[in-house]
Amino acid sequence: HLVKLGVHEVPPPSSGLLTPTMGGFVQIKLAVYFLTIGLVLLNLPCGSYTEIPPKPPGTVTVLPPVTPAEGPQAFPDAENSNLPVFTMNYARIQVPFEVTLWVLLASFAKIGFHVYHKITFWVPESCLLISIGLMVGAIMHSVHEEPPAVLSYNVFFLFMLPPIVLESGYFIPTRPFFENVGTVLWFAVVGTLWNSIGIGMSLYAVCQIEAFEVQDINLQENMLFAAIISAVDPVAVLSVFEDVSVNEQLYIVVFGECLFNDAVTVVLYNMFNFVAEMPEVEPVDVFLGVARFFVVGLGGMGFGVIFGFVASFTTRFTSNVREIEPLFIFMYSYLAYLVAELFSISSIMAIVTCALTMKYYVEENVSQRSCTTIRHVVKMLGTISETLIFFFLGVVTITTEHEWNWGYIMFTLLLALVWRGLGVLVLTQIINPFRTIPFNFKDQFILGYGGLRGAISFALVFTLPDSIGRKKLFVTTTICMIMFTVFIQGISIRPLIEFINVRRTNRNLETINVEIHSRLIEHTIAGVEDLCGQWSHYYWKDKFLKFNNRILRKILIRDNRAESSIVALYKKLELQNAMEILDTVSGDINAGSSIVSLQYVYPLSHSSACFLSLSLSLSRSLSLACSLSLACSLSLSFSLSLLLAFSLSLSLSLSLSLSVSFCGLVTLSVSLSLCPPGCLSYTSFHIVHPSSLTHYPFNLNRSDGYLRNPEGFGLGSIYQG
Amino acid sequence: MGSTNSTLSKIPNVEELVQETGFTPAHIVRLYDRFEALDKEKTGHLRPQDFGAINRLAINPIGDRIIGAFFSPGQETVDFHSFVRILAHFRPADKKRPKDPSMPEPVNSRTSKLKFAFQLYDQDKDGKISRAELLQVLRSMLEMQVTEEQLESIADRTIQEADLDTDDAISFEEFRKSLEKVNIDHKMSIRFLR
Repeated sequence: HLVKLGVHEVPPPSSGLLTPTMGGFVQIKLAVYFLTIGLVLLNLPCGSYTEIPPKPPGTVTVLPPVTPAEGPQAFPDAENSNLPVFTMNYARIQVPFEVTLWVLLASFAKIGFHVYHKITFWVPESCLLISIGLMVGAIMHSVHEEPPAVLSYNVFFLFMLPPIVLESGYFIPTRPFFENVGTVLWFAVVGTLWNSIGIGMSLYAVCQIEAFEVQDINLQENMLFAAIISAVDPVAVLSVFEDVSVNEQLYIVVFGECLFNDAVTVVLYNMFNFVAEMPEVEPVDVFLGVARFFVVGLGGMGFGVIFGFVASFTTRFTSNVREIEPLFIFMYSYLAYLVAELFSISSIMAIVTCALTMKYYVEENVSQRSCTTIRHVVKMLGTISETLIFFFLGVVTITTEHEWNWGYIMFTLLLALVWRGLGVLVLTQIINPFRTIPFNFKDQFILGYGGLRGAISFALVFTLPDSIGRKKLFVTTTICMIMFTVFIQGISIRPLIEFINVRRTNRNLETINVEIHSRLIEHTIAGVEDLCGQWSHYYWKDKFLKFNNRILRKILIRDNRAESSIVALYKKLELQNAMEILDTVSGDINAGSSIVSLQYVYPLSHSSACFLSLSLSLSRSLSLACSLSLACSLSLSFSLSLLLAFSLSLSLSLSLSLSVSFCGLVTLSVSLSLCPPGCLSYTSFHIVHPSSLTHYPFNLNRSDGYLRNPEGFGLGSIYQG
Repeated sequence: MGSTNSTLSKIPNVEELVQETGFTPAHIVRLYDRFEALDKEKTGHLRPQDFGAINRLAINPIGDRIIGAFFSPGQETVDFHSFVRILAHFRPADKKRPKDPSMPEPVNSRTSKLKFAFQLYDQDKDGKISRAELLQVLRSMLEMQVTEEQLESIADRTIQEADLDTDDAISFEEFRKSLEKVNIDHKMSIRFLR
């Protein structure tokens, strides 16, 4: 619409109105193309979205914004023009508008990828997004425009990063995390230190080689750079490891490492930054660095825990304001992040520990709907941020100025890989004796190979002080590093995992049997350990649980009924079953066989249902479909359920279906559908798959003339119109 | 460490124990010390009351079943050999052991561990976990937190999930199958101290 304005009557410049002219674009087919050009053109007058840009030659007239002194816009000078019927005020909405368009563009790209399933299977989304970003960046570069400064220090660290880290922290699997917390911290802290120091030193040695012409980079600058690129990045790692199901231990160590190495990175970065500007390093400074590390790390965790408890306590009182319950989660975690940034301590650790602490208590206090909302919004914000970050990584790659140096860059890549590999080997050897399941070589390989770098390094390298002469070289090297790890390692990690046959996880472990037996085994182990007079971490876990039950839960939870995890799992599974049945039914005209009773849902694992649907067309506009379904089931109980499904279909026909089931054996469902003449409605035949409880296939009302034969089971359809 | 040898000499048939259970002599010495500490009257045998003296075990929901597992049917006392043999179930599995079909199943293999857990449920030793037995265990584990109807529903659901031959009880094979994806070796192993 923006370009269809064709505003040709431009009021004279003295009128004080702001009306940029734009050429007209007509018939743009692809939304992406449209948006890209739209964005580029928007940038022509507008440029970076934080300031008024200089006028690029020729195309556009931009008028200075209206100040209040000039009077309200609606009244033009009396001598010139009449009341304008149609005006445009772009500068007012510029910033939010551009933000929205960029987000949409990135999201369209994401939709586009999933059109071809094969692509997203083999190539992680991060790579695809970077590629699209590269293309957009190329377009923007060719029209000499600057992209919005999304990856600048403030915007990135204050707006883009928190949602992602919140999402990771919120969805950490807590039990494996606490079982492996020692290993996680070991890798995060010692591993990152090892990497930084190793890479820094060896890069300095490389710099001494005359052939590469980089002798002017001194030791401090090398160490600073090494500190930036040695940290494994949570954004990149999560986007790759999410789809690949490695065994739980490995996943949690990689996951935890990338979140908790932030403390080390912050300290090293600040320390070397400080040192790079000073001529001399004193031993006191090193000692202070160590002290600072503890402040940063423990402080971050401490703030997180405090805010987590405050949030839980607040939600205890929100039973009357259910609508704003989710708000507290977001506000408190963001507050934790900001306060940590205020004191320059590790904000990532703060927000992660806040989410960890909060989740357990808050989910008991808030209503079911708020709980769902929170989960969805957290995931959504995280995904948007991640999408934008990768997208802009691509864009900015093209538009920044680079300085290429073969030797330095190649050696950096090589050294990063080598040091990481060595680091993983050595550290695993040291920590394996303390683990119950030691890491084998395959696990170690994936641990080393999965160390992807990402946008955090990029944002950090941008904020290097300009006093460092070779800043552009560092920027280029960082970008190469990121591209290399994300593309090459990211794409190859999935085939490698399958090839070397790493122990995989099975995500479907939630059965009530497993839960009960696991609990029994835990009690057994605790008992036997007491028998042998030994301590273990079950002892600490037990102690914490008692403390939790006795004190914490009473304070933080409104309605304190201690609920065993067995009962909680049972309720959750029952609820899931019920929801699945209801979900598949409500979209159809014909209801499937469903036996939902509120106290007891039998798993349909031993039953199969198939039903026949016959339909009659009674008149032009009314059709009655009758379906008889035969369900054979081995259930021992029966229940009577009435299901009313009301669905409004795509071609504006209304259908109402009623299904009644008896004894789990027969389901009768009657559905009435009302269509305006000229539309087609049909019903189809489904088989309920025993274990998945989904109907094959979903049916929709279509207003084209086809007789759909869904998946080979078609029988009986209504055709009218 | 000097006392190790003297303690070792006090224990009869040490080599046989080492061979059978896979514990090292150092482990066995430590367990012997523990055995003696529990055996207050120095009879060389443990009775159920001696186990009951361990406080934390007494408040364990299935403490009595664990204690019961040490006593073979009909016996009223446990000697040191049986003590060690039962504890050997909880050793982490030896990964390097070659699978020799002619040798009997090692006592800390996955199957043996599962059998131990199964026997905690199956008190009447009929080879199946009946609904009543399952209910008993659930009741002791969940104590005061649930109503009787909820317990029954949970028990019903459990049996339904696992029961493949529809005899309303869980046999050992069904038990094993329901836990096939769980890393039993990890969950049921203790790192014995020396």
